[in-house]
Amino acid sequence: MFTTLNLRALGVAAIATLALTGAILVGSRNLQNFDGALIAYLFGAVFAWFGLVYRYDVWLQRPPTRLYWKRGWQFFFSGRMFGHGWALVRRGFEDMAAQRFIRKRGGLRWAGHMLIAWGCVIAFAVTFPLTFGWIHFTLAQGTIDTYEAHVFGFRLFSFPLNSFIAANIFHVLNWSSVMIIVGLGLMMRRRLTDAGQIAIQTFEGDILPLILLAAIAVTGLGLTWDYEFMQGRAHQFMAITHAIVVILFLLWMPFGKFFHIFQRPAQLGVAIYRREGAMGPQAVCPHTQEAFASQLHIDDLKATTRELGYNFTLEDGSSHLQLSPQGKRAALAKAHLAARRRSGSLFG
Amino acid sequence: MQNTQIRTDEEFFVDPQRCIGCRACEMACAECETNGQTSMIHVDYVDRAVSPQTSVQVCMHCEDPACARVCPADAITKDEFGIVHTANTARCISCANCVLACPFGVPKKIETTQIMMKCNMCYDRTSAGKRPMCATVCPSGALWFGKREKMAQMRPHSTPVNTFFFGAQTVRTKVNIMMPAGSTALRVD
Repeated sequence: MFTTLNLRALGVAAIATLALTGAILVGSRNLQNFDGALIAYLFGAVFAWFGLVYRYDVWLQRPPTRLYWKRGWQFFFSGRMFGHGWALVRRGFEDMAAQRFIRKRGGLRWAGHMLIAWGCVIAFAVTFPLTFGWIHFTLAQGTIDTYEAHVFGFRLFSFPLNSFIAANIFHVLNWSSVMIIVGLGLMMRRRLTDAGQIAIQTFEGDILPLILLAAIAVTGLGLTWDYEFMQGRAHQFMAITHAIVVILFLLWMPFGKFFHIFQRPAQLGVAIYRREGAMGPQAVCPHTQEAFASQLHIDDLKATTRELGYNFTLEDGSSHLQLSPQGKRAALAKAHLAARRRSGSLFG
Repeated sequence: MQNTQIRTDEEFFVDPQRCIGCRACEMACAECETNGQTSMIHVDYVDRAVSPQTSVQVCMHCEDPACARVCPADAITKDEFGIVHTANTARCISCANCVLACPFGVPKKIETTQIMMKCNMCYDRTSAGKRPMCATVCPSGALWFGKREKMAQMRPHSTPVNTFFFGAQTVRTKVNIMMPAGSTALRVD
């Protein structure tokens, strides 16, 4: 195990974990506003953060990832910050918030993914600050029907208990659970009926994440069901089951399919890279005589492939990578024809 | 991918010289369920202005796939059978590194859905013990999937080769190309 331990990532993850611990101490006013009932969730969340930063750093050390990371920031601060910034906002809305590229892959697939994604985002936005003691609620002094919401120990706003806003604040996790369950239904339907998916999907990679999210959402709803309709008789079972599945989810988040939540924003860095590439010289394929990519991309790819141990340098000093995909296919076909000709027979 | 019945005694053989450009393989490829009705095979006129020569290109499933190594998102994987799979849709960030790095010019970037796609040797079929779609319809034998001994009987004057030289780079593949008898590699430069 220790032979594959990445010491740099370990150091970065340890620093990030200390920073989060410090932020929890400060944000909860020295744990004064921390809810002791959430201690197991807290440890799960801190470990998940450690794992996420560790894996993210390992990921960033890969030559192609490192290059995009470096180039993305380099171009962002290169003097075109306003233009790139606006492009990022636009792409952030289209790709991250509205997930339009998934819509083009299928309407129901998009609906399912949107429901799951936004259900999770809402749930994360509520549960992590609650678990860290950054948000807490108190009864307003001198009243028995008014709640006050506090953020980082500062009073933010108050609301009457029997109000529309109170019902939604107290039930926001139920709404997110319903969104997730509906989304999971749509995604599970696809996993069970799409023959192409059935051929390539794996249980741990594609089915288990859906089951885990369903377990979290159902047991979460079960907690409300229990105190609303069962007089709290199943509270212990519901609370423990919910805690177990949530902590499993947190522990697995850095290593399984859910890591794509943190990986996906790299798409925005690629958008800046392509934008910058489009402004510079274009690579022209010697075979098709047409531009097929930015010269920046081709030059970077030559450097990346060299770093990875490939050497596509041709005898004349040029590179095979300077050919477009069509040019490469033509080069192969021409070489094959030449070999057949040399043998004296075009077929064999 | 759970219970595969891949025939490890059967291989893919490509003979570009036999391609007649009929594009039957393209139509068949679009039937592959893992592609979502998008054809992954390439049929090109090599140099239309001077020659009617066409070529056909499937993924060669490299032993050390450059597409996977240059992927910044770890989206492309090679399985235990040597099949290099198309990009994982959850991970692919559509950077096109794989499209530009593949020495055979195979991966396709689908701009609308922001995903890279490539031939995965009809995994829905080959994992069930069937032949890839393109190889079942090719009328001229440019694409053939079966046992090596059978191929040797059919083409006694050819040798299957899976070593390619792209300049200084040697690439070995799972898919074979049919070369004149006695050949050991194809040099492309």
